[in-house]
Amino acid sequence: MNIDKKITDDLVANDISFVTTVPCKQLAGVIEEIDAHDDIFHIPSNKEDEGMGLCAGAWMGGKRPAIIMQNTAIGVTINTLATLIQYYRMPLPMLISYRGELREPVACQVEMAVHTKALLAQMSIPTYHFHHQSDVEELDAILKYTFMCNKPVAILTDANFWGGYGDQ
Amino acid sequence: MIRSEILKEIAPILRDQLVVCNIGIPSQELHAIDDQPTNFYMLGTMGLASSIGLGLALSQPKPVIVIDGDGSILTNLGTLPTIANNVADNYILLIVDNGSYGSTGDQPTYAGQKTSLAKMAEAAGCDRVIECQAEDTGRVLQEALDAKQMSIIVAKCESGNAKMPVITMDPVVIRDRFMKAVQA
Repeated sequence: MNIDKKITDDLVANDISFVTTVPCKQLAGVIEEIDAHDDIFHIPSNKEDEGMGLCAGAWMGGKRPAIIMQNTAIGVTINTLATLIQYYRMPLPMLISYRGELREPVACQVEMAVHTKALLAQMSIPTYHFHHQSDVEELDAILKYTFMCNKPVAILTDANFWGGYGDQ
Repeated sequence: MIRSEILKEIAPILRDQLVVCNIGIPSQELHAIDDQPTNFYMLGTMGLASSIGLGLALSQPKPVIVIDGDGSILTNLGTLPTIANNVADNYILLIVDNGSYGSTGDQPTYAGQKTSLAKMAEAAGCDRVIECQAEDTGRVLQEALDAKQMSIIVAKCESGNAKMPVITMDPVVIRDRFMKAVQA
């Protein structure tokens, strides 16, 4: 199975046509697929809170948005999640590269990894953790759930899910 | 002229357009001067008015006017390259540049000192950037609407705020009536 293509196909099948990204090496393949897809407008953002602003506007304009980012960005976007996405009750699927988990080569990444789920739980954000490749089968249902309840929803995808990080 | 006097003067132009308005006193002033369902008031999230407006402009055809401030743009400077590289000709960013953080006690911003937001927008790659004096804002804004070209307006004005009530409307109500106005 090509995970990058499967993720992109699920986004398109759920009518998601506006995707903003802040890159991560693990997400490079899926970002490339999204960029090449005719049914998705891909707009890279410089910071994740900026990206969430773009997504909020796109949704009010009638498009279904999504954001792709690293888990370190949870530290950047707490205020935006609370006072924009949650306060105005907007749907936002967040496909997150979960750095600092098993098979992580960079020690500093662990420092935000240990806070990631606690912060998401504190924010009452529904959170799913993809650890094995087969976990991606739930993505379609998670996307439908997100637009059913109009909430931000986190999908954490770790190095094991992606088949190892970098040269490992 | 201070910001509220600019808003009073341009209210007839804003009335029929989709407007995304910056957090704090700017939204309170616009709400008190001329509340419209076509106004999206930010109640929190400093800095993201220009991003919300860009996402909106890229997703539907109606003109979008963002009323932003110099302090708010400085908070989210990454917005300028994103705007420049994703051209939406229905997007107008009006930066009311009073050289101060109005909602927090008029502390000076760097835009009121050595930093030029118009030059930064140009350096970011924005093609149509106009800096004007407060008195000319209405004319420049109307010209931008008529030009049907993505425009960044930096309106230089004096620091100061009008005393207006806090917006008590529920955020979901603000968002819902705005979305209905977008679709109308």
